[in-house]
Amino acid sequence: MTSTYRYLPDTKQDQEEMLALLTISSVDELFEDVPKEIRLDGELNIPNAVPEPLLVKKMHQLSSQNKHANHYPIFLGAGTYDHYIPSVVNHVISRSEFYTAYTPYQPEISQGELQAIFEFQTMVCELTGMDVANSSMYDGPTSLAEAASLAITSTRRSKVIVSKSVHPESRAILNTVSGGLEYTVEEAALDGDITDLEKLQEQMDQDTAAVIVQYPNFFGSIEDLTKIKTISEEKGALFIVSANPLALALLEAPGKLGADIVIGDMQPLGIPMSFGGPHCGYFAVKKKMMRKVPGRIVGQTTDDQGKRGFVLTLQAREQHIRRDKASSNICSNQALNALASAVCMASLGKEGIRQMAQLNIEKADYMAKCLQKKGFNVKNKAPFFNEFIVEFPLPVKEVNGKLLEAGMIGGFDLGNDYRLENEMLIAVTEQRTKEEIDQFVKVLEAMKNG
Amino acid sequence: MVEYNELIFEMSRQGRIGSSLPESDVDKVDLHDKLPAHLIRDMPAELPEVSELQLIRHYTALSNKNHGIDNGFYPLGSCTMKYNPKINEDVARFEGFSRIHPYQPVETVQGALKLLHELQEDLAEVTGMDAVTLQPSAGAQGEWTGLMMVKAYFEQKGEKRIKVLVPDSAHGTNPASATVAGFKTVTIPSNEDGLVDLAELKKHVGHDTAALMLTNPNTLGLFEKDIVDIAKVVHEAGGLLYYDGANANAILGKTTPGNMGFDIVHLNLHKTFTTPHGGGGPGAGPVGVKEKLIPYLPVPRIEKENDQYVLNSHHPLSIGRVKGYYGNFGILVRAYTYIRTMGPVGLRQVSESAVLHANYLRKKLEPYFESPYSQYCKHEFVLSGSRQKKLGVRTLDMAKRLLDFGYHPPTIYFPLNVEECMMIEPTETESKETMDAFAEAMIQIAKEVEENPDVVLEAPHTTIIGRLDEVQAARQPILRYSKEE
Repeated sequence: MTSTYRYLPDTKQDQEEMLALLTISSVDELFEDVPKEIRLDGELNIPNAVPEPLLVKKMHQLSSQNKHANHYPIFLGAGTYDHYIPSVVNHVISRSEFYTAYTPYQPEISQGELQAIFEFQTMVCELTGMDVANSSMYDGPTSLAEAASLAITSTRRSKVIVSKSVHPESRAILNTVSGGLEYTVEEAALDGDITDLEKLQEQMDQDTAAVIVQYPNFFGSIEDLTKIKTISEEKGALFIVSANPLALALLEAPGKLGADIVIGDMQPLGIPMSFGGPHCGYFAVKKKMMRKVPGRIVGQTTDDQGKRGFVLTLQAREQHIRRDKASSNICSNQALNALASAVCMASLGKEGIRQMAQLNIEKADYMAKCLQKKGFNVKNKAPFFNEFIVEFPLPVKEVNGKLLEAGMIGGFDLGNDYRLENEMLIAVTEQRTKEEIDQFVKVLEAMKNG
Repeated sequence: MVEYNELIFEMSRQGRIGSSLPESDVDKVDLHDKLPAHLIRDMPAELPEVSELQLIRHYTALSNKNHGIDNGFYPLGSCTMKYNPKINEDVARFEGFSRIHPYQPVETVQGALKLLHELQEDLAEVTGMDAVTLQPSAGAQGEWTGLMMVKAYFEQKGEKRIKVLVPDSAHGTNPASATVAGFKTVTIPSNEDGLVDLAELKKHVGHDTAALMLTNPNTLGLFEKDIVDIAKVVHEAGGLLYYDGANANAILGKTTPGNMGFDIVHLNLHKTFTTPHGGGGPGAGPVGVKEKLIPYLPVPRIEKENDQYVLNSHHPLSIGRVKGYYGNFGILVRAYTYIRTMGPVGLRQVSESAVLHANYLRKKLEPYFESPYSQYCKHEFVLSGSRQKKLGVRTLDMAKRLLDFGYHPPTIYFPLNVEECMMIEPTETESKETMDAFAEAMIQIAKEVEENPDVVLEAPHTTIIGRLDEVQAARQPILRYSKEE
């Protein structure tokens, strides 16, 4: 063992000096308590070490086998979106004081991280209209499941109702999670592209802990939260809203419309698509539920000189204190991505975020109208944000194949999760130019006529 | 340095902006034509209004108030604060990795799927398991995923097993994960050597035991040398063994959880495999299983069919999804890059160095602090501040005093079964000089406790802020900025 590996600093002399202090002759002696029958004989069967220059080349080769959004205009959304990320974001999160730090358990040397998260919490509260936000969660879908579990434990009821217009993966994860804590998940039916409110009302009962909807929903449509709040409140259930934070720049805040818990994913604001992760869940509640929130929370306080400072707080809620009495096992958060998102929100600012949301609405509206003009059926009856459903005379897979040939990545096939054959969910963000949209429509028109 | 204590909201001025978006190249839309008034926001969210330079200065100033591994030694036990390689950061940002969408047709993301598939195989080899899922986002989620598989496995077998056994030295997530997966936790006391008490274990193991969760080396840094017998006891009762991979940095290429008899393993890629902790995340907590548990792995699974990599959700016994998409891909790319950098010999040397470093540092500190266990430690060790406590100085005070020397303190007051515990993990990436300097600081503090305790009790003296009032923070919570104040 010598320092032929750049991450391992021990020289032969270092090693000898360390062994000498321990009065042993070889490192193997330190492993003598590992029973012989379980020791590995021979090396692990994995590829040999690759020097940095060759590895960079190899990784470039691997990454170039993927078709990415810089070369292929992308019309896929369905929970993960291609939005512009201001250059400042990557510069800030590349400060290694941030990314090489652990959770800020020593506040005296972690004020930077703590303050940045305190600011993130504030921004989330502003967008959602809620009182308290935590420091972030794994992702949107797992935040949704945590919200449902919180509703179950805090209401002591046994079921949650989740609209079918909520992201299919979020519902899938909710099903897995509910199997652990043993509560019932019922799905609320659809009325076209939105939740069927009449059926929802019939489903509600005294066992219902919460009603969960998405805003805008999976189909891009904007559900009327006011009406759903009324239905949920009648039976004393909590109202959980999963919201796209970018849309909240222009849509009324769920907190103002009666939401008890608002959750979602910050990915649209400053976080790359990155094949689906890491993204960054958020979790916000009204004050009355402050002491039940899962995960870490940063609070403001003062030091012994009265100076303002920040600490992790309300820790009595967390697993390391409550152990098997804990209602959540969440330990970490997605701090670096929460930071990315905070930087993005600060960069866009109060006006910029509205502009960005407005661009999304206009581009999607333009594309939907173009498609309608060419005779395609846009299925959304409710107003939509930056996504909508289009019906084609052909299977979506074929349509997407053609689009790919033309250098574009088409939308999400609703055939699998919703059995809506030949229907595609198309997302149009501010990244898509008029030219790209026109090109997309042209390809479809040619297909239809061909 | 000039003191900086401004919130970004406090420097906000109406009309400033830090970004520029293009003008719309399509028709304008008036939201009021689209939506009912009550769904339109009339009060804009109060996000800060700052220029780009102001923003950069703000966050640069904040970063200067933060200590990371790149700033200095970070011997935080159980957290494996090793160097975070820069090539990993570059690679994760390649546009072919960062700018791909999870729902793209699989033929357009073969590079990504190949990487994930190879990583699954590498991690299976490192852990001695038969298959791996990369879906869980963190260790705690990995634990819960593993336990959900345990649950599904016994349900399928028609056995009712409700208990999960956890040693008293376990990380708090172990019992919490067991609860969230619907099990009842039974705590097994450690013996005086800091190891699982085999007799106690036998008392608690039975036909209702679903699993034993164990970290090996355990949280005291000690290798559970009776592991083969422990596994036998649990297996003979029909239970399964769960390996908490928090301490896997001690065993790479030396042994595997599979060899030890474990059935399920999670790894913390942000510990053993150098992905950055990021100030609290994102991490990744892949889970490996032995053959009999493969049907229960989360879906979709990443599989190879002929020459194509595919996503397969057709596994009827699967516990389902545990996370959106396929895991924290960006983190998985970093871990893959690290494994390729080190290779099999390098990974073995990682563990050998990590263990040598921990034993060396312990030996240097033993004359000055209570060292409760005599067995060689693995990659970390515990000391007790009990001697210093008798002189009126607590471990917390010594930890704060370490800040004055520019070090992040060890993990303190964990595990719970050691009085005034300090858990120290130097890692393999630190040089001998760094460890020597740290040892000198610790020794000086030990002397100060005897000769001049006030300097320790009043620490830290050199940080930008003093000890913070945590009681006030919890009693009168201020969890966001408000203009009114």
